[in-house]
Amino acid sequence: MSSPILRLVAQRILLGLVLLFAVSVLIFAGTQILPGDVAQAILGQSATPEALANLREQLGLNDPAWLRYVHWLWGILHGDFGTAQSSGLDIASSISTRLKNTLFLAACAAIVAVPLAVILGLIAVRYRDGFVDKLISGLALASTSFPEFFIGYVLIFVFAVHWQIFPSISTVDDSTPFLERLQAVVLPATALTLVVLAHMMRMTRAAILNVMQSAYIETAELKGLKPFDIIRKHAFPNAIAPVVNVVMLNLAYLIVGVVVVEVIFVYPGMGQYLVDHVAKRDVPVVQAVGLIFAAVYITLNIVADIAAIVANPRLRHPK
Amino acid sequence: MSNELDYLSRRVAAGKLSRRDFLGRAAALGVTATFANSLLSSAVRAAGPVKGGTLKAGLQGGESTNSLDPATFLSQVPFAFGKCWGETLVELAPGGGVEYLIAEEIGSSKDAKTWTMKIRKGVQFHNGKEVTPDDVVATLKRHSDEKSKSGALGVLKSIDTIKADGSNVVVTLKDPNADLPYLMADYHLIIQPNGGNDKPDAGIGTGPYKVTVNQPGVKHGGERFANYWQADKYGHADQVEIVVVNDPTARMAALQGGQVNMINRVEPKIVDLVKRLPGVKIRAASGRGFYPFNMFCDTAPFDNNDLRMSLKLAMDREEMLTKILRGYGEVGNDMPVNKAYPLFAGDFEQRKFDPEKAAALYKKSGHSGSILLRTSDVAFPGAVDAAQLYQQSCAKAGIKIEIKREPGDGYWTEVWNKQPFSLSYWGGRPTQDQMYSTAYLSTADWNDTRFKRPDFDKMVLAARGELDEAKRKKIYRDMGEIMRDEGGLIVPFFNQFVDATGKGVEGWVDNPAQELSNGHALIECWLQA
Repeated sequence: MSSPILRLVAQRILLGLVLLFAVSVLIFAGTQILPGDVAQAILGQSATPEALANLREQLGLNDPAWLRYVHWLWGILHGDFGTAQSSGLDIASSISTRLKNTLFLAACAAIVAVPLAVILGLIAVRYRDGFVDKLISGLALASTSFPEFFIGYVLIFVFAVHWQIFPSISTVDDSTPFLERLQAVVLPATALTLVVLAHMMRMTRAAILNVMQSAYIETAELKGLKPFDIIRKHAFPNAIAPVVNVVMLNLAYLIVGVVVVEVIFVYPGMGQYLVDHVAKRDVPVVQAVGLIFAAVYITLNIVADIAAIVANPRLRHPK
Repeated sequence: MSNELDYLSRRVAAGKLSRRDFLGRAAALGVTATFANSLLSSAVRAAGPVKGGTLKAGLQGGESTNSLDPATFLSQVPFAFGKCWGETLVELAPGGGVEYLIAEEIGSSKDAKTWTMKIRKGVQFHNGKEVTPDDVVATLKRHSDEKSKSGALGVLKSIDTIKADGSNVVVTLKDPNADLPYLMADYHLIIQPNGGNDKPDAGIGTGPYKVTVNQPGVKHGGERFANYWQADKYGHADQVEIVVVNDPTARMAALQGGQVNMINRVEPKIVDLVKRLPGVKIRAASGRGFYPFNMFCDTAPFDNNDLRMSLKLAMDREEMLTKILRGYGEVGNDMPVNKAYPLFAGDFEQRKFDPEKAAALYKKSGHSGSILLRTSDVAFPGAVDAAQLYQQSCAKAGIKIEIKREPGDGYWTEVWNKQPFSLSYWGGRPTQDQMYSTAYLSTADWNDTRFKRPDFDKMVLAARGELDEAKRKKIYRDMGEIMRDEGGLIVPFFNQFVDATGKGVEGWVDNPAQELSNGHALIECWLQA
């Protein structure tokens, strides 16, 4: 490895950090202009004026915004996200359990979805425009087109109510043994897999087909290689960059965008946690979760960029 | 024949004969299945509760923001779990009146200003300590402190002093109040060791279950407390568990799949389908909650009683009840109380849909142009549909209603109690006095119809201090009439609490105070094999 590639990678990471900082400013500013009042939202319809006044004072809602931002950022840099205003619990420790759950579910879905999508994409290219290609594309697009909650309900109806082989409630906690945990996430992970499959599969197919137009593929064909070997050895390595990009986007989605699936399967992940606290205007939690989600997105994008750089032979072997 | 059936039903209750065999024999004896089933359930009840097992509830209304501090209770899950681990001085009995728990009896001075509550001896907290009058005093003081954020603060505002006196707790009030025992049934007022001042969210109370699992917004669990003081009455299952299931379809699926034994908030539109499922029972109890259309009596055009009356007459209550609640409720009568309240007079004339009269009064009021009605999905389930139905029934009387659908976020801060004509909900209160004091006194913060009438205020105060029940009932009757004919609220219906239980759940008691049998379902039900 020589300098240009290292420099590019370092550049990407630095850019990511700057971006993360900018996002932190945006998140903080955004939560400041939310309508409504935190104290009122916490107490709900049954708020009495006395309780409201006391709560406002206690939450320190009277400090200027920039001061609160500095305090907040300083805390986060020391791993302290503060305490939730609504329940008084430490945010970092409540998030860690939930983040673990979310990552576990995302990992389970990804382990199935990513290889499946890529393999299906390869098969679709091999039999392009034939019956198999159309069948794969059709089914994948259909499963993506159904809303997540519908897929979830169908899975619940078939596997939890009718056959009763998997639980419809996927509640897990720290003490749940690994196998039980796996059993609990089967249905939500399946739903998520069905949702993200088509996007990755179609992208793999398109990227490889693009490469298949190149002259060197023709050469490979002419020297008598089998169609699958051409795709595997010559076409796919050159199509990795766009595929990795779309895979990373979908992984990010699996981590930050699954609140509907969480609600339906009663899975204690980050999404539900965020929604609860948004509803209560619990600003510290919303900020913390927002920042974590932003970090996930930025990290995965950096990984995609780096993968693209590393996969590029011209950058790997500079003259 | 009936002797034989009795004998057989007792054998089923004792677990020596299967339900199916019993129904078969009953049919052979020429008895209808319905009658045989009812015979069976009364035999099961008579045979007494079955101890053991784990009773699980899948409930809506839990957030990851919940805490075990009773002062912060707002939604259904903390409320129901609170009934498992904690107890108040008294409870609202299913048939009206109070059930004595930590207080053994409550008596008052003749002027209803000084109340003496005798604290039961031998009631133990989960930490092994016995409940003392000092604990009770500390609890009441914590919740009535101006600095507290307790949901019971409003209820306790009228308290002047709280003192322990031997085995009694003596409370004096600023103004007479004949309803004090009912106030003590507020679900926030769980008696805690030293009033919960040391650690408000410790979850230590005197209830039948000790807290073992507390994951807000996910799961709560408890195991039976060995030294519970009335173990024959409450706490039959070895363990109770509440899983938070906020999605209605997922809740139903969990009940159907047998993952939970009971659920709350069954949507009215699916009740008829749910009824057909084997083993599932719908538990509908009429309650004190209602969904009002609120008009500000001091804001034009609603400051004109003819206009208010025409808007009331233009409400088709029957249609509303069938279409919005599918019949799971009772029609309202434009007053905030109904027969679920103690001291309610049952002889009010029911207001009916009368487009002609409404049209005439509307004309008389001199108003022209459309009237803006604000609604939102969060006002109550089906609130947007209800507004549209109302728009149509008003059109029949020649009244033009313009609907504005407001965002759910901020509805309770920006629209309710701020805009002159909007939809809302009230969960009801244990007594008529509390309901009227909360929302219909001139000085009430939540006077969401801006109903300000000095003569009405006087009646509220007079009724509150009146210990003679007949006289109180008469005053409440007059107040109800004023509300109905001159007030600012249109009440299409009172809703029912619709819960459901799965296979083998017995011992359910309907209670109008709150859903899930006033939150007692988990502690009073048992699992029949």
